[in-house]
Order: sequence, then C-alpha cells, then structure tokens
Amino acid sequence: MIAHIVIWPILLPLITAIVLMFFWNNSRIQRVLSTVGHGLTFISSFWLAMRTFNGDILTLTPGNWPAPFGIIFVADALSGMLVLLASLSAFAVCVFSIVSIGKGRAGFGFFPILQLLLMGLNGSFLAGDIFNLYVWFEVIIISSFVLITLGSEKAQLEGAIKYVTMNLLASVIFLTGIAMLYGLLGSLNLADLSIKISESNDHGLINIAAVLLLVGFGIKSAIFPMYFWLPASYHTPPAAVSAIFGGLLTKVGVYAMIRVFSLLFIEDEFIRNMLIILAVCSMIIGALGAIVQQNMRKIFSFLIISHIGFMIGGLGLFTPLAILGMVFYLFHDIVAKTNAFLISGLIFKLRGSFRLENLGGLYNRYPFLSIMFALALFSLVGTPPLSGFWPKLFLLQASFADLNWWLIGGIVAASFLTLIAVVRIWLAAFWKKHPDYEAAKKRIVWYDLPRYQKIILLVPIAILTGASLFMGLNAAYIADVCELVYTQISQPQTYIDAVLTNQSNIP
Amino acid sequence: MEILLAITIGLLYAAGIFLILRRSMVRLIIGLILLGNGANLLIFLLGRISKGKPPIIPEESKVFLDAYADPIPQALILTAIVISFGLQSYAIILVKRAYRVTKTDDIEELTTTDEI
Repeated sequence: MIAHIVIWPILLPLITAIVLMFFWNNSRIQRVLSTVGHGLTFISSFWLAMRTFNGDILTLTPGNWPAPFGIIFVADALSGMLVLLASLSAFAVCVFSIVSIGKGRAGFGFFPILQLLLMGLNGSFLAGDIFNLYVWFEVIIISSFVLITLGSEKAQLEGAIKYVTMNLLASVIFLTGIAMLYGLLGSLNLADLSIKISESNDHGLINIAAVLLLVGFGIKSAIFPMYFWLPASYHTPPAAVSAIFGGLLTKVGVYAMIRVFSLLFIEDEFIRNMLIILAVCSMIIGALGAIVQQNMRKIFSFLIISHIGFMIGGLGLFTPLAILGMVFYLFHDIVAKTNAFLISGLIFKLRGSFRLENLGGLYNRYPFLSIMFALALFSLVGTPPLSGFWPKLFLLQASFADLNWWLIGGIVAASFLTLIAVVRIWLAAFWKKHPDYEAAKKRIVWYDLPRYQKIILLVPIAILTGASLFMGLNAAYIADVCELVYTQISQPQTYIDAVLTNQSNIP
Repeated sequence: MEILLAITIGLLYAAGIFLILRRSMVRLIIGLILLGNGANLLIFLLGRISKGKPPIIPEESKVFLDAYADPIPQALILTAIVISFGLQSYAIILVKRAYRVTKTDDIEELTTTDEI
C-alpha cells in the first residue's frame, strides 16, 4: 500500500468517479461523496509530496515491466508539488461547486467528470513516458470538453468550438512530435530518450521534433501566437469550471514543457532564444489584453496568458535562479488563478454580474470579505509579501544576472500592466458606488442563500487565500522545495538513474 | 512502399490543414479527422515498415535473429485511434449542437465570445 503511494493520487479520483456514477440521479449524495473523494486525494497527494520533498525520486512500474519497455510513473519534487497543488485546487473547486453548480449540471455528471479531470491532471504530472503523457493529456481534454459544454448555453457552445478545435489540433501536433522522436530514437521513456538524444547527431530532425512539441504544448499552455482560444472560451462555463481550467489546464502544458525540454532539448541555443522571445510577447500581449476587458473573467483569462510568459521566460533562461523563479511562479500561479476565478464567481453571486460596469460597492457592504479578496487579487500582481512577489523577484534577478534586457523589460512592463488590470477590478467592483443597485437587486442570488451555503462558498476562497499567504510568508520553505526541483531538473542524471536503475519498488 | 506512405501522409496533413482553414464547421471537423489519420500513419511509417517478420523469437534461440516488425508503433496507433475516435465523435455532436443553437455553419459568425 505505502509503496504504491505514487499511484494513489490517480486511482482515488478514478474510484470516486466510478462510485459517483452509481448515484447518477442523486446529486445530494454526489456532492458529499465527491468532496470526500477530493479530500482523500488531497491527503494522499500531501503524503506523496512530503516524501518527494526529502529529495527521493519515487517510481512505480504498473505493469511490472522494467523501465524503458513498460510504462512508469515517476514522482520527483516538481511532480509531487504539482500533484499536491492540483489536488488542493480541485478540492477547493469541488467545495465551491457544492453550492454553485445547480441540479441541471450536476444531473449530467459534473462531479464524476471533475474527478476524472483531476485524475488526468495527476496522471500527467506523474507520467514518466512521453506517450503516456499524451494519453493523460487526452484524459484531461475529454473531461474538460464535457465540463466546458455542460449546460449548452450559446456562449458556451461557441467557446467550446474554439477550445475543442485548438486542443484537438494541439494533440495531433504533439502526436506528430512523438512519432518523430520515436522514429529517430526508438524510445518513448523520457529518461531513455534523454540519454539517446545526447548521443545522437541528428540535430536538425531533433530540433524539428522539439519545435513540434513546443507548438503542441504551446497551444495547450496558451503562449504568444497560439493563445486566442483561451480568452474566447474560459469565461463561458460556470465559475467553478473556469477556476479549475484557469488554475490547472494551462499549467499542465507548462509542466510538460519544463519536463520535456529540461530532459531533452534545453542545451540547444535556438530553442532557448525562441522560448524567451515567445515569453516576452505573451507577457506583454496578455497584459495589454487584460487592461481593455470589461468582463472580470476575461481579464483573468488574459492575465493567465501574461503570467504563462513568466514561466516560459524562466525556462528559456535556464539559469539556477531563473528555474527557481519559474517553478515558484508555477506553484503560486496555480493557487492564485484558481482563487481569482472563484472570487469572480463569488462576486457574481454577490452582485449578479461579471462585468465591471455593473459592479460596485462591495467594500462598503462587505469590508472583511473585500480584504480577503484584495489579498488574493494583489498576489497576482506580486505585491510583497504576497506569494507573487518572490518568484518575480527571482526571475528579475536572474534576467539581470544574464543581462537579458528583453526579459527584464517584459517582466517589469507585464507586472505594471497586471497592476493596472487588478486595480481596475478593485476600483470598479469594490470602491466605486454601485451604478444601479435597485435594478441589480433582482439578479442577486446571495440574499436568498441559506447561511450554511454562504459559508460553503467562502471556505474554498479562504483555503486558497491561506495557501497563497503561506507561500508568501513562508517563502523560505517553498524556495527550498524549488531549489530541490532545480537540482533535480538541472541534473537529469538523477532522474535518469532513478527511472532506469531503481527498476521497481514494488515489494 | 515508404515513398507511397510518405506521400499519403503529406496529402492527409495538407488536406487536413486546408480544411481547418475553411470557414465551415463541418469542414473543420473533417480536417481534424484527416490530420489525426495522418498522424497515425506517420507513427506507423516511422516505426519502420518490414513485411512478414513478426516480432517472435524462434524457439531454439534467445534473441531475434533478424530485423523484425516493431510492435510498439502499432500499439501506439491503436491507442491513438481509440482516443481520436472518441474525441471526433464528441466534436461532431458538438458541431451539431452548436449549429442548432447558433443557426450557422460559419465560424466567422461565432462572435458571442469575443465581446469585450
């Protein structure tokens, strides 16, 4: 049982999803069981993460075939932390959706699909084999397709068409990249590929495979020229769904990029320069998009694009400090973005609109709540001592050390524009007087909710704000984890040894 | 045979991308299907083609005596076909549903989501 800890964060959501399907018509039981399932997944991921933070790389070969031949699950510190944060965000979203997801959507399997989405996420964080990674990606996208269309409103369907098309295209391109790698090197295991690539002389073809994978992952993580689907679709589903999408789906693309590029292609100057250029463009264009939007969720969607740029930039620099900053940013961003979308959902409940011009007066009416929201929103900007500050500091230091003026300019400008976007939300939703309160009152569901439901809606935001504060105030601990991630990423040999020599730790 | 397959794959990719760039939703789906098939054939081709050499070790020896057909690409394609079958049937239903709601087949007219 304990030796199989690597696979529990994948198995538990699957088991819960199957159990939930037996209660298809009883959404009340589904809500309770789903929360329990997410809680158990969180506990098992916490356990797994704590074991990886010791510096161990845990492996598990489910079919008991030795590593380069069979599928392998690998948990190093990066995977451990991401599995932990994914389970935390999914738990928060599940608690939020107990109240916010209506009977209509719950009756068509919202909760089981949410579990399957978490299974896909955890699976892709733990996969040690590039084809296995592809399969987990497909598990993620098919569940997200269902979640994004559940409800079939007009905007949802239109957003879904753009989302589905781009994700299917990304899968095909990713698959083409895998085919090329397999054709060139005859292996699919990431560790084995890493060895074979360093021995191979076929740089031209390997770079083509690298660019194909970059485009595939780039579409998924919405970097510069391939981001248009994101702001067209993320604001259409219910807030709980946007929260889990915004928090985690793009980050899976970034994770895959970190994993694949650090193990396979990073020594190549061409790829690194390209990553930096794409990063700067995403930062600036995403942030510029964010400051013109009126819909709160569209602002956050554009901020996702901008903040993905920070991580890609760190990957492009690939100095120790840059990786530290990049990984820290990844951890911070999962929590911050999930929280931001949940807050937009709560503001919708409080004021009946997502649009800035229809909001206002929240600070007068709910001062304490507003301060909690402010903590979450300003951690997106990176106001010290909140969690966004430290990674930005590391990334800036890293770009100064490298004298990479493009990246320095990009980070400063994007942070400033993010500040403008967040201050716009703050002014419009919290400080401004509500434009037409009497008319809006009819749309506000908050007053009709029983007290316990109001508390259930607040709990996940409190949890995530707490996690964000913990990351900011206890940054030394997170930085230690990031440093461990850095040592593991920068010395692929430890990863390779763990995968290829510790054949199996099944007793 | 390799040349023939390579040309087929190139045609499938080209046709797929051409159809994706059209404005009609139905062509979009057909384009995605063609692209998926192209990718599957590409895996098959890159696994090297060999005729009549199953990957079975003869009883009297311990290793392969001859070049053999690689079974892994076939397993990969099988997985990819099953996945893309599911995704494509989903996409077809989605397009049908979207057509019923939006009353148009033209992608350019799907502008509800682009309002600022």
